[in-house]
Amino acid sequence: MPIQVLMPALSPTMEKGNLAKWLKKEGETIKSGDVIAEIETDKATMEVEATDEGTLGKILIPEGTADVAVNTPIATILADGESAADLGKAAAPPPKAAEAAPAAEAKAEPKAEAPQAKAPAAPAAVAEPDPEVPAGTEMITQTIREALRDAMAEEMRRDGDVFIMGEEVAEYQGAYKVTQGLLQEFGARRVIDTPITEHGFAGVGVGAAMSGLKPIVEFMTFNFAMQAIDQIINSAAKTLYMSGGQMGCSIVFRGPNGAASRVAAQHSQDYSAWYSQIPGLKVIAPFSAADYKGLLKAAIRDPNPVIFLENEMLYGHTGEVPKLDDYVIPIGKARIVRTGGHVTLISWSNGMSYALKAADELAKEGIEAEVIDLRTLRPMDTDTIIASVKKTGRAVTVEEGWQQSGVGAEIAARIMEHAFDYLDAPVARVSGKDVPMPYAANLEKLALPSVAEVVAAAKAVSYR
Amino acid sequence: MAVPKKAVEKSAAKESGQENGQGKGFASPPEFTRAQELAALRDMLLIRRFEEKAGQLYGMGAIGGFCHLYIGQEAVVVGMQMALKKGDQVITGYRDHGHMLACGMEANGVMAELTGRRGGYSKGKGGSMHMFSMEKNFFGGHGIVGAQVSLGTGLAFANRYRGNDFVSLAYFGDGASNQGQVYESFNMAELWKLPVIYVIENNRYAMGTSVTRSSAQTDFSRRGISFNIPGKQVDGMDVRAVKAAGDEAVAHCRAGNGPYILEMQTYRYRGHSMSDPAKYRTREEVEKIRHDQDPIEQVRNRLLAAKVSEQELKAIDAEVREIVNASADFAQHDPEPDASELWTDVYR
Repeated sequence: MPIQVLMPALSPTMEKGNLAKWLKKEGETIKSGDVIAEIETDKATMEVEATDEGTLGKILIPEGTADVAVNTPIATILADGESAADLGKAAAPPPKAAEAAPAAEAKAEPKAEAPQAKAPAAPAAVAEPDPEVPAGTEMITQTIREALRDAMAEEMRRDGDVFIMGEEVAEYQGAYKVTQGLLQEFGARRVIDTPITEHGFAGVGVGAAMSGLKPIVEFMTFNFAMQAIDQIINSAAKTLYMSGGQMGCSIVFRGPNGAASRVAAQHSQDYSAWYSQIPGLKVIAPFSAADYKGLLKAAIRDPNPVIFLENEMLYGHTGEVPKLDDYVIPIGKARIVRTGGHVTLISWSNGMSYALKAADELAKEGIEAEVIDLRTLRPMDTDTIIASVKKTGRAVTVEEGWQQSGVGAEIAARIMEHAFDYLDAPVARVSGKDVPMPYAANLEKLALPSVAEVVAAAKAVSYR
Repeated sequence: MAVPKKAVEKSAAKESGQENGQGKGFASPPEFTRAQELAALRDMLLIRRFEEKAGQLYGMGAIGGFCHLYIGQEAVVVGMQMALKKGDQVITGYRDHGHMLACGMEANGVMAELTGRRGGYSKGKGGSMHMFSMEKNFFGGHGIVGAQVSLGTGLAFANRYRGNDFVSLAYFGDGASNQGQVYESFNMAELWKLPVIYVIENNRYAMGTSVTRSSAQTDFSRRGISFNIPGKQVDGMDVRAVKAAGDEAVAHCRAGNGPYILEMQTYRYRGHSMSDPAKYRTREEVEKIRHDQDPIEQVRNRLLAAKVSEQELKAIDAEVREIVNASADFAQHDPEPDASELWTDVYR
């Protein structure tokens, strides 16, 4: 049966084009791959190659014709042994993609592109509560630095596929001494010093994770991870989805995030909002020593890519950590650190320092603040926030990052969506100022949030 | 430190540079057996017919977005695959359909992914540039130029970590060869002696920019010199030469000697993607290479000279066409993914 040549679509957006020129005449032999015509699109002149073999039977659209719609038959090709007499029998063009599904099936499954089709609702994330710490459990006092080290060491003992790589993690014992002792215990095979090559070693880590290992990739600080952000987002976060669930990536990217002290704009930036926007990533930013430990262990075990944002200012802080064989805190669950009925303060990581001190100040003035430590930014524990705001009617977010498109903005939007009728005042945001971090001590202090600002915001939403 | 004299060699006496066309001036590689010739012909034909059909379906609007065809470069993946053993891994960029077919992935699943259907390798959620098969050790299918080089180095890292003797193949083009992370990866691969073969498919154009307009060092086999990585230029239009070079590189890697670079001198007949009018080169240039060096015609001519019957070759043609036509049929009739798939596979 003769084959119809259809007007091809030659770009993702082309709907019609001009048939500029025929390069083959009727009766000429055509081989697969031969250029048979030239077509002008809105962007360029393109060549049309034959994909079938035979003889050019009839030209249906003469050259010079403008605005020929895509999929219009433009010529027929006769196969071996066919003649012009067969032209009337030309095969109808194959069915268009959208019409391909059998009718019954189409009825049962409305097409995603149909105008009335709506995206199905997103599945709700339900977070597990913190594990019970049995009464009488011994608590040990340790620094956050030690809690992180212990978390990694425990997970490396538990699973031979877990290893750590990064700059100065091995022989130097960690730029911030977080990996102290790991090389001595686990050896150079599993504690790997990399060259100063963030983009490259992030990619190597992701590749290793794709083949089933569980890397912990330490960035000396998250500022340097900007070199690697393509591998984190495009390779680590998206591959599971793009592979239809076939190939995931169990990997932790960790290191200090946010402002340190007097290191100026390139070394003082909070990436909470950046990473928490990305589906496919989990983002954790704890405050207490116990949470650092329990959440890092959970992050290492998680089958997904996890961004674990630490804070350099907190590394030396001490806290009580339960002495349990396996203290793992579920990802995605906020903690109410202080209860109160007048105003909700919501923060995470070092923002909690301001929030907790502000709560003390407010208490002196008779305002009882409920303080929520989010701990995980993605998935965000909206339920805990909303339950608190329904009780207090007022909310203040506290973050070191910038306001525009920040995590505080996201929290405010969620409160508006889910608890609008309970609000007695607009949500207030306390944040880093909208400038690169200055070096001068006084300016740096001004650029960061302060306890006074949190107190003022809490009073403002309380109309006091 | 002095560069080892043997670090870079050519697979044969090669007098002409790329100005005169790829694959010229190489000495004859070792002959294939008849069975190898027939297998190579069949695998290359499958890729070519598949890609032609993909181009056709694109023209009909059944395939959307970007679609980068592999026509002309078939000898590279087919020859390299012949040098691998089960368990070795392959990763590449976005001109990836040929690699998938060479790895043994089903034409149906690849074509259905191109049309965005549920039976595609990624359930329709990846498209032309993003397909994977854990079963066949094919790790994608990556859309960011050069990213697969670091990832492929990571696959090799995992092999070394586990102490097995598998090698990984990281394919990339002359264009990707100028990306920074390629050299970050070279450095780590040699430093840690990772079993990775960097297969640079030099098809002479990075999208529309010719090698000579984009690269200070156009001999890509030399790109590893400052890391002491050995490299070799190969006639990538001759599947026998590719296989021979692949054998050598694989042996080097499996023996624990670290990475290896193979520059495959090849050529893509089609535009960079479907919407590329390819005005940066003449039709004569394409025609000449197609006429003189076509990887499939080379094998076919050798087989005919060796008295393989036209009929036997036609049978291969017919088998391949049937697979491709069936895949096109499947890819157009398979339903689109269920709307519920929107939310799956974000996390696991």
